[in-house]
Amino acid sequence: MMLQELKDVFHNGLWKQNAGIVQLLGLCPLLAISSSVVNALGLGLATTLVMALTGTGVALIRGVIPNEARIPVYVLMIAVLVTIVQFLMNAYVHSLYLVLGIFVPLITTNCIVLARAESFASKNGVLPSALDGIAMGLGLTGVLVLLGAMREIFGHGTLLSGIDLVFGEAAKSWVITLIPDYHGFLLAVLPPGAFIGLGLLIAARNWLNRRAEQKARKPIPIRAAQTA
Amino acid sequence: MAAFFSPFLSKPDTVSRIMLQVLLALLPGIAMYVWYFGPAILVSISLASITALGTEALMLKLRDRPVAPFLKDHSALLTGWLLALSIPPLAPWWLVVVGTAFCIVVAKHLYGGLGNNLFNPAMVGFAVLIISFPAQMTQWISPHGLGQIELTFADQLRYMFLGILPPNVTLDAITMATPLDTLKTHLHLDEPIRQILDMPIYGRLAGQGSEMVSWGFLAGGLYLMARRIISWHIPLAYLGTIFAMAGIFHLADPAHYVTPLFHWFSGAAMLGAFFILTDPVSSPTTHHGKLIFAAGAGLITYLIRAFGGFPDGTAFATLLMNICVPLIVLYTQPKIFGRKGRKP
Repeated sequence: MMLQELKDVFHNGLWKQNAGIVQLLGLCPLLAISSSVVNALGLGLATTLVMALTGTGVALIRGVIPNEARIPVYVLMIAVLVTIVQFLMNAYVHSLYLVLGIFVPLITTNCIVLARAESFASKNGVLPSALDGIAMGLGLTGVLVLLGAMREIFGHGTLLSGIDLVFGEAAKSWVITLIPDYHGFLLAVLPPGAFIGLGLLIAARNWLNRRAEQKARKPIPIRAAQTA
Repeated sequence: MAAFFSPFLSKPDTVSRIMLQVLLALLPGIAMYVWYFGPAILVSISLASITALGTEALMLKLRDRPVAPFLKDHSALLTGWLLALSIPPLAPWWLVVVGTAFCIVVAKHLYGGLGNNLFNPAMVGFAVLIISFPAQMTQWISPHGLGQIELTFADQLRYMFLGILPPNVTLDAITMATPLDTLKTHLHLDEPIRQILDMPIYGRLAGQGSEMVSWGFLAGGLYLMARRIISWHIPLAYLGTIFAMAGIFHLADPAHYVTPLFHWFSGAAMLGAFFILTDPVSSPTTHHGKLIFAAGAGLITYLIRAFGGFPDGTAFATLLMNICVPLIVLYTQPKIFGRKGRKP
């Protein structure tokens, strides 16, 4: 695997085809779970793990499954892997597992997992597929955490609340209170806050992209010269 | 017939002139408000005006639109006034600022600015505030002569900007539940209507003081109708539906449902009928559509008041019906003259 290829995989996953703010896949868990940083990070990493495993698995067996039956096979495989991750979380981070609730098993139905299995892992080797799963998962995790941080800061004035769910009682002192005596802006924590926050993130990404394009446009674009 | 001979030209109605007339029509209601609840409302109106103009200018600049012509159309000012009139007059300063900024930035400009906003901006701001800050949004000041203690204007200012009350005065001593709120609470306690309405908070038709504010808005609304700035469709359909619903329930069970007139003169019914629902951007453009829109809003308002969790429902009714406007307009297109049957 060449370095350029590796770069492309990560550039796609983290920025160009970001699952959360470009492809807009997996919005249900994204909007529902991003009410705090810890929840967002937990679900994001779980999804990343599942995606890396499915990428590897699909790339391994892609030569032997008949084309007509590939989707059910992928879904079954994803379901098995999600169940494994679910049991692992139940065993080792039980309280976080309780908070995330239905959204951990629902990773199965998260479109982004199946989308990458279908559009990338079924056409590429094992290593690129695994890395693609990781890159896509991290891209989604990044958006989840950013949105979670925005909503937590505006909604409660804190950061990392609920960290004790992952690291035990001792971690309670890790919670950062950014705005003392905050009244709390409940809207940010409620569903409308998720939609408005995601909209703002998409707008910010588009704005950054457009600015980068304008900078790059100064020399004559090659494609325009070719078609002319 | 004023103009009988040609040319039948009149001064064009610009957005700016219309909005100024609407602001003018709010004055009787505001005057009543000041008389019964003290001058604090003027401070929150000013605060909302400054915030509205400031955020409007900022958003116009960010969107590369000309600032001066749009600022002069007074639409932002009207949004600020309507929001200030719908929240408690003793609201802390940041509540007014956050609410108004949300109206202008999110509900108006993120949707594309004047003429493109799907929802009534003032009501979006109100909904955001009542959902996010329920405690501050229920601090309604007692009407003149009813509270245990009345604050001087200086004390009111100190409370709004610094959050400090005079010594030995609690918040409960200067605020009380609104007439609609009191009604709801006591009905839950199974008290008969007659006994509830004998409480000192109630006046002739509805709440002491607040009924007079409603009369002020009614007067302003009739002025707008006389000047042909708003048509009769929305106020009539809205108030008519509330009257009909309240009438049916009142006739069927007078011990548990108040009279239609009580509903007309309490809460934001009058303000909604003449000033909020009639917003030309977020209401339908067809006449039939206006009737359907306002009747739906009246129905929802009554249902929320009588059976819902919130004491008043005008804001939520407006927002819910705003969503239906594109559909209503689509199905109420007038028939083209000379064509048969199918609408265009």
